[in-house]
Amino acid sequence: MELLLAITAGALYATGVYLMLRRRLAQVILGLSLLSNGSNLLILAAAGVTPGKPPLITATNIAAEQFADPVPQSLILTAIVIGFGVLAFALVLAHRVQRSAGSDDIDAIRPDSVRVSSDKPEQT
Amino acid sequence: MLLALPILLPLATAIGLQLLPYRPRYLRMVAFSGALGILGAAIVLLIRVEAHGIQVLQVGSWPAPFGITLVADLFSALMVLMVGIIGVAITGSSFAGVDPRREALGYHPLIHVLLMGVCGAFLTGDIFNLYVWFEVMLIASFVLMSLHRTRSQLHAAFTYVGLNLLASAFLLTAIGLLYGQAGTLNLADLARAWPERRTPALDAALSMLFLTAFGIKAGLFPLFFWLPASYHTPPAAVSALMAGLLTKVGVYAMIRVFTLLFADPGAGVYTLLVVMSAATMVVGLLGAIGQQDFRRVLSFNLVGHIGFTTVGLALWTPAALAASVLYLLHHMLVVTSLFLISGLLLRQKRTTDLQALGGLYRAQPAVACLAMIPIFSLAGIPPLSGFVAKLAVVGSVLESEHYVLAAVALGVSLLTVVSMARLWDESFWKPGPANRPPTPLGATILAPSVLLIGLTLGLTVAAGPVYALSMRAAQQLLDPNGYVLAVLGKEARRAAR
Repeated sequence: MELLLAITAGALYATGVYLMLRRRLAQVILGLSLLSNGSNLLILAAAGVTPGKPPLITATNIAAEQFADPVPQSLILTAIVIGFGVLAFALVLAHRVQRSAGSDDIDAIRPDSVRVSSDKPEQT
Repeated sequence: MLLALPILLPLATAIGLQLLPYRPRYLRMVAFSGALGILGAAIVLLIRVEAHGIQVLQVGSWPAPFGITLVADLFSALMVLMVGIIGVAITGSSFAGVDPRREALGYHPLIHVLLMGVCGAFLTGDIFNLYVWFEVMLIASFVLMSLHRTRSQLHAAFTYVGLNLLASAFLLTAIGLLYGQAGTLNLADLARAWPERRTPALDAALSMLFLTAFGIKAGLFPLFFWLPASYHTPPAAVSALMAGLLTKVGVYAMIRVFTLLFADPGAGVYTLLVVMSAATMVVGLLGAIGQQDFRRVLSFNLVGHIGFTTVGLALWTPAALAASVLYLLHHMLVVTSLFLISGLLLRQKRTTDLQALGGLYRAQPAVACLAMIPIFSLAGIPPLSGFVAKLAVVGSVLESEHYVLAAVALGVSLLTVVSMARLWDESFWKPGPANRPPTPLGATILAPSVLLIGLTLGLTVAAGPVYALSMRAAQQLLDPNGYVLAVLGKEARRAAR
């Protein structure tokens, strides 16, 4: 199980990095989301998977093997929520960039030729 | 309770600001008083830490390794104090006028969310919580940067967002692996449990992941390229806030995590850090000399001088680490005031392009002389604070017999002098282009810069006591036992026997 998770996480990292190196904004954002999902899986795999055991128990004085560690799950939950918010922001930002530049190629929107002083606010 | 105040105050202020009706004057007053509150709490905290040692708060009364702990040692307390000072200066600068569209879109609450994130990162004693505060800080800075966008700002914001999210992914990966091995997230507990479980391979992987993640955030070579690409585009107050605080949080986190978890001065990662610090100085300053825009010159200088602040961690001696702390204090004040001065230039000339600037000394000698102080302080001209801080860094480098590094640092100081002299000459001294004379600047506009510059001068005068304080902070950092004991209490002592 851990091996499968590790391979999946590795594949997600690899795909994420490949996509982040692309020039289109949408691909960069997809790459970022794959990367954050990969790290979520990695947290689960690194902390060890205990199948079939509950993470929350009411009984006290119970051996550690009897239940799954709830901490990685709560870490992942937090990371998913944060990642979701950040991803939503990045998508909106990319949409804005694309609207203002008329292209989602990261080279085409470089502002090198644009003087900061003569910048006009984007028409919305 | 005192420990939570620097986090709770900006949170309450941000919420209050959202609820208030849109009346710019009140909003600015509330934002300013919130920042004053943070400053007050930070001063009391520093006095407490100075008098009674490391302060600890177990949030929700959960005992130490299980709940989230807030910890303030001298280094944290000093950094929170800087957040207070910079917060007061930045919110104070809004009295002179903020772009009304930004103000309507939530400029003031966002500043406070950013301050909350930075304070949280400085105070937390839990590594996952550190990640969460990083995200709080980042999302606030993302929105501040892309609020009311122009095309160049949008592009800069995208670069900034992309690279910082990549850094966050690295940090999360490192935290996941660390938890998998050590089974705890509390930094003090990690400092105790991790050395028993570390293996060379895991050590190398984790230290590189942390170095990359914090290196991107701090702007170290070769990971700094997002910084000069983005810091010159937002309005001056926002870039001043980011330049003053955000990269320093990266440096802080690096020092905190490495002194607690990788307390092994001979490790290869520190050799790498020496090389990275030296390369950061050289590349940053060479970049600064080639720039044609006031704020881009500053951005590259910001990058270059980050190298001086990581040297202390790399050399791992009390004197070097104390020099790093002192350099951070000096750098935060000076860089923030310089970015605020770029705002004065923007206000007068509507541009920060060096070719279009000039003639300000003739028109307003007082302002030009005021700007001269931080410019020459960054360059390290005696007796200003930059000289004191650079002396401390170079002295400690020589002491630990890294002669090449000392030569690099001195050479870079010379480059800084060149870059800063050119900046002063181009923007103030040379005859200005023949256009209408600039309007005089009022006291409200100058006040935040005057405050920061006054404090820089104060740092010069009180260099001895501040250096002694930095030295004590460095000794605390280099002896993790004090930190562990303060957080985990007697239990840790019992377990250690």
